Amino acid sequence: MNNTTQAEMEIEPGIETNTDFEVSSLDEMCINESTLHHPWWFNLKYLFTGILFGIILVKSEVISWFRIQEMFHLASFHMYGVIGSAVVTGMISVFIIKKFNIKTIYGEKIEFHPKKMNKGQIYGGLIFGFGWALTGACPGPLFAQIGTGALVVIVTLLSAILGTWVFGLLREELPR
Amino acid sequence: MIEFLKQPWPWYVAGPMIGLTVPLLLIIGNKRLGVSSSLRHICAACAPLKIPFFNYDWKKEAWNLFFVGGILAGGFIAATFLMNGQPINIDPHLVSEYSAYGIHDLHSSVPAELFNWHQLLTARGLIMIIGGGFMVGFGTRYAGGCTSGHSIMGLSNLQLPSLIATICFMAGGFMMSNLLLPFILKL
Repeated sequence: MNNTTQAEMEIEPGIETNTDFEVSSLDEMCINESTLHHPWWFNLKYLFTGILFGIILVKSEVISWFRIQEMFHLASFHMYGVIGSAVVTGMISVFIIKKFNIKTIYGEKIEFHPKKMNKGQIYGGLIFGFGWALTGACPGPLFAQIGTGALVVIVTLLSAILGTWVFGLLREELPR
Repeated sequence: MIEFLKQPWPWYVAGPMIGLTVPLLLIIGNKRLGVSSSLRHICAACAPLKIPFFNYDWKKEAWNLFFVGGILAGGFIAATFLMNGQPINIDPHLVSEYSAYGIHDLHSSVPAELFNWHQLLTARGLIMIIGGGFMVGFGTRYAGGCTSGHSIMGLSNLQLPSLIATICFMAGGFMMSNLLLPFILKL
């Protein structure tokens, strides 16, 4: 009995102190609010997932500047096939997870956050589209391209980090 | 097997594998696929200053930095062990179009003639490498996600804002690639 109470008291502060909701309201898509606390090496599983993801990005040629131009010239089905089948696979997976209430390996409920509509998706989307066609890379492929040895892309990545920083600086002034 | 892996993977193999990253990340730790957030976390870690957008506990999102570190390592592994050294097999019309701009090398993920250290000092290189990178970082954060966060994760979760974002990504890309890029490549 005593042990249970202690354990509960240890979990409780973790939940109480998790008041970092502002981050979520700024950007829901990629922010996680798990109340579980793990040692840092638990993150290694994301490193391995990233390695797998990076290998697939290279081998599917979606990191290729040429494939991106081909896509924007409607000159090949390849990119549409990759993105389309990825989306369909993702949709089916999310549907199954919701339908059967599948939990994480730690028994947590899997959470989805609805995305709020704003003008950023239009203005930001167009700006990103310009950058995508110029660099031949979205953020994931930037990292993969550097890995393949295109070292000048480090400059592209640094510039992308600067772009993110400038967005953060100007955020309040931009139409939303 | 290794010979098979060394060839480019067809879309119907690679696409579903990319899609399966979505449930994998959800199940191993309730994480939603997204890459561009990592750029924000790097800003928050390195230069948050007094900007509210960067003042949060980025260490809680460290998983994302491990993930992108993995993508970089994955790129290295694929390039080192899983390549057959063949040039990319793209549409011949594009090959001739780009060779008119001096782009002949189809072996690298980015055209070697455009993306190199010397080009950084030219107007063309400045626009494409530094300008393009800036727009990728600024635009993805403004849009609240990139191809992975919006187009794959967001569409998988049937989010209308993600569909709008994806349409705008494509619209911007079509405009740049067809209308503006030919002039930039001539510089």
